Amino acid sequence: MRHARLTVRGHAPGTQDSRRVPRALHPVAWWIWALGLVIAVSRTTNPLLLILALSVLGFVVANRRTDAPWARAFKYYLTLALIVIAVRIVFQSVFGSGIQPGDHVLFRLPQIRMPRWYQGVQIGGPVSLEATLAATIDGLRLGTMICCIGAANALANPKRALRVLPGALYELGMAVVVSISLAPQLIESVQRVARARQLRASQRRGFSALRSIVIPVLADALERSLLLAAAMDSRGYGRTGEATRTARRLTATLMLAGMAGVCVGCYGLLSGSAPRLLGTPVILLGVVLCTAGLALGGRRVRRTHYRPDPWRAPEWIVAGCGLISAVTLYLSTGYSAAGLNPSFSPLRFPGLPFLPAVAILIAAAAAFAAPPPRRRMSASGLDGPEPIPGRMARPEVSA
Amino acid sequence: MIDFDRVTITYDGAERPVLREVSLHVAEGELCLVVGRTGVGKSSLLGAINGLVPHFTGGTLAGRVKVAGRDTATCPPRELADVVGVVGQDPLAAFVTDTVEEELVYGMEQLAIAPEVMRKRVEETLDLLGLAALRDRPLHEISGGQQQRVAIGTVLTAHPRVLVLDEPTSALDPTAAEEVLAAITRLVHDLGLTVVLAEHRLERVVQYADTVIHLPGDGSAAAGAPSEVMLTATVAPPVVELGRLVRWRPLPLSVRDARRRAGPLRARLPVHPPSAPENGAAPGETTLQARRIIVRYGDLIAVRGVDLTLSAGEICAVMGRNGSGKSSLLWAIQGAGRRQGGVVELAGRDPKHLPPREARELIALVPQTPSDLLYLNTVGAELAQADRESAGSKSPATRELLDQLAPEIPDDAHPRELSEGQRLSLVLAIQLRAAPRVMLLDEPTRGLDYGAKRTLRGIVRRLAAEQRSVVIATHDVEFVASTCDRVVVMGDGEVVSDGPTPEIVVASPAFAPQVAKIVTPLPYLTVAQVAEALDPSCALPEVIGG
Repeated sequence: MRHARLTVRGHAPGTQDSRRVPRALHPVAWWIWALGLVIAVSRTTNPLLLILALSVLGFVVANRRTDAPWARAFKYYLTLALIVIAVRIVFQSVFGSGIQPGDHVLFRLPQIRMPRWYQGVQIGGPVSLEATLAATIDGLRLGTMICCIGAANALANPKRALRVLPGALYELGMAVVVSISLAPQLIESVQRVARARQLRASQRRGFSALRSIVIPVLADALERSLLLAAAMDSRGYGRTGEATRTARRLTATLMLAGMAGVCVGCYGLLSGSAPRLLGTPVILLGVVLCTAGLALGGRRVRRTHYRPDPWRAPEWIVAGCGLISAVTLYLSTGYSAAGLNPSFSPLRFPGLPFLPAVAILIAAAAAFAAPPPRRRMSASGLDGPEPIPGRMARPEVSA
Repeated sequence: MIDFDRVTITYDGAERPVLREVSLHVAEGELCLVVGRTGVGKSSLLGAINGLVPHFTGGTLAGRVKVAGRDTATCPPRELADVVGVVGQDPLAAFVTDTVEEELVYGMEQLAIAPEVMRKRVEETLDLLGLAALRDRPLHEISGGQQQRVAIGTVLTAHPRVLVLDEPTSALDPTAAEEVLAAITRLVHDLGLTVVLAEHRLERVVQYADTVIHLPGDGSAAAGAPSEVMLTATVAPPVVELGRLVRWRPLPLSVRDARRRAGPLRARLPVHPPSAPENGAAPGETTLQARRIIVRYGDLIAVRGVDLTLSAGEICAVMGRNGSGKSSLLWAIQGAGRRQGGVVELAGRDPKHLPPREARELIALVPQTPSDLLYLNTVGAELAQADRESAGSKSPATRELLDQLAPEIPDDAHPRELSEGQRLSLVLAIQLRAAPRVMLLDEPTRGLDYGAKRTLRGIVRRLAAEQRSVVIATHDVEFVASTCDRVVVMGDGEVVSDGPTPEIVVASPAFAPQVAKIVTPLPYLTVAQVAEALDPSCALPEVIGG
């Protein structure tokens, strides 16, 4: 945090290399980094490694997030992770399976006797330290994976990330962007209507109470979507350019055939009994067809990108850090694989395997490799009194 | 630039066309104002310019609309995006992205403008509209006036030749409206843009117009010079009504024009107006006392220790810029909203500590979006529901109340299809059914035309005559001048000034109504007062407006 602040405020020019100029890192680099950590984390149940990974995430987010609204999301993912752990423990305690004879029993829940034909599930009964510990660690692993995704969302603007979609998929990306923008408005409108409902002191409960909130909110949302659609239409969204009917049909055919090819290929690859020719070659064919379809579809969409994010050295390093973590933990060569998944019966403190720990720590290098984010400069007084539109010097504008 | 050739627009299922055989020509570089009452087809006329009507809205358009030589019959709105820019009433509803800069770019990306050109145009537009300091700010964090300027900027970046603005200042406070209008006039004068503008609050815009298109409501449209069209238009700002009353020709459209002519009028007017604009009832006993009200949202303090005392039969306006704490104060007093500190005393009790049902029998609130309270399919069902909700109250049935406020709303109408004024009346009737002693109205004049405001004024005065206290949070200076006895001005969560309407309103240039500006230093606030002073027997109901 402090490091970033200092860079933003800026020392004397020249004391910092050009890489330190605040800018947004390419969103795809952050996503590769985060997904790399997801893969790494998914390989281990060592609580020390998991906590190390969480610390790395927290460190990088604290150092490299902007002050945009989505960047504040990380703490919600952390909360979600805690909930996941709690739910996992509760389930483990209630449906207490996996208790070994020698376990340390913490306490006993009242047990419900199941009918004979339903013996497989046990509800209640003894809760052991070992099983609870295993559940906690399992929850922690899932929680850490959620936090990895949360970190990517906090570090990279999700809307900018969607921009890298090929032109032919632009409409899909646009739909996601619009729904992301509408979600907070929907929440705001639910709060407003719920508050207004008190004014009428409706005595209704249950379904009709729900209705008195849902109907105004939906009507509101519908009105808003129509306004938005009209505005997007007026601003040129969906201009078709010079696509001919045959070109559109060709695109659709290529895409469909490509998708079918990928599906059949996956089946061929996974099913042991399918002929070998149905595997890799068909997938490759499918991919080629899809790419051709996307390229052709992208050609009919005439659209440009404003200030596309560059892909430079920091992007390579950040993405590389994530990949190194993933590959090291995935291959599990050079160290004992048992260190990744320590056993807790009998109870003992897990050891910290050296190589995986280093691999996860390498991911923290992203905090230094990524350029400092651009922050809003409200602190420096740029937000002060606004210039009056009518009175300011105007640059030449050709209309 | 824009040509309408015998255009008739009929919506599906409508009995008669909204516009009938309308032929118009808007020349290049003109600022053209479209005026008329609510529901006469202003929005349809504007929508037809870029083809949203009928390509997007449905319905049938007969005749021909041509913009910069392109026919809207063959060009859908998206293909006209490089010629016509459209800005609506609610800028937030039209934003696609989430920061200022990205929003400015969106339209250009759709038009496939080269990146270097985009870069240049973004900088130009930021400077042109004074938005440079806001470029990275999230769109929902900036003020309403700034949002509306961004919305104008987003269409300007495509370098359109026509700008269509549908009520761009309706949702804004006076200062923000000024800001937006300054930007618009600048575009007309400096860039030579053709602007077509519809607006309810004519007092803000009529003086800037080169031509006025008047829609009288029968489907026809008459275009002409503002000072001629406004002579007979169905809607008119106070300055025009005053001009009509004292027969100034040519009709003055701005306070400045009228002020220069008003010398003889000022000499004729008595020094004191014959009656105060309010109902004149002496304030009764104290109904409500609020002490040291504090409302905070996290770090933001919306209301900082406000005291407010209301008397029976008093109509009190709460004014102040957006975000000055007006709404928060009203909600805190009613008890349904947040209140972190202070007490409210009403009939010996604090509504916050009462169950909502009992609280609304003491004090009722009509929120800024009245439709939040409506959720049933028909007006009849809403009325029956309201009767059930307030079963114990002594007031007449809700239907009866509604008929007093707005007659002729059928039982089978859908609440969402009512006009703004009718919907407000419906919610008001529902809230009045509980027979509250204090009525709070949050921004009730939003979206109302002059006629509907006149009706609202009658309603509010009737409530006061029944010895209720009425509090109105509003930006509408003219409405306050003609309706309220007392004005409380808020700024930054505190009460800045509090006193009788004539004193407060005349003392501040920002809050003075047009008539006060014209005849100052005489303490007249409304055209009705001037009419009465000139001719005590005069009863000119069609002139009394504001």
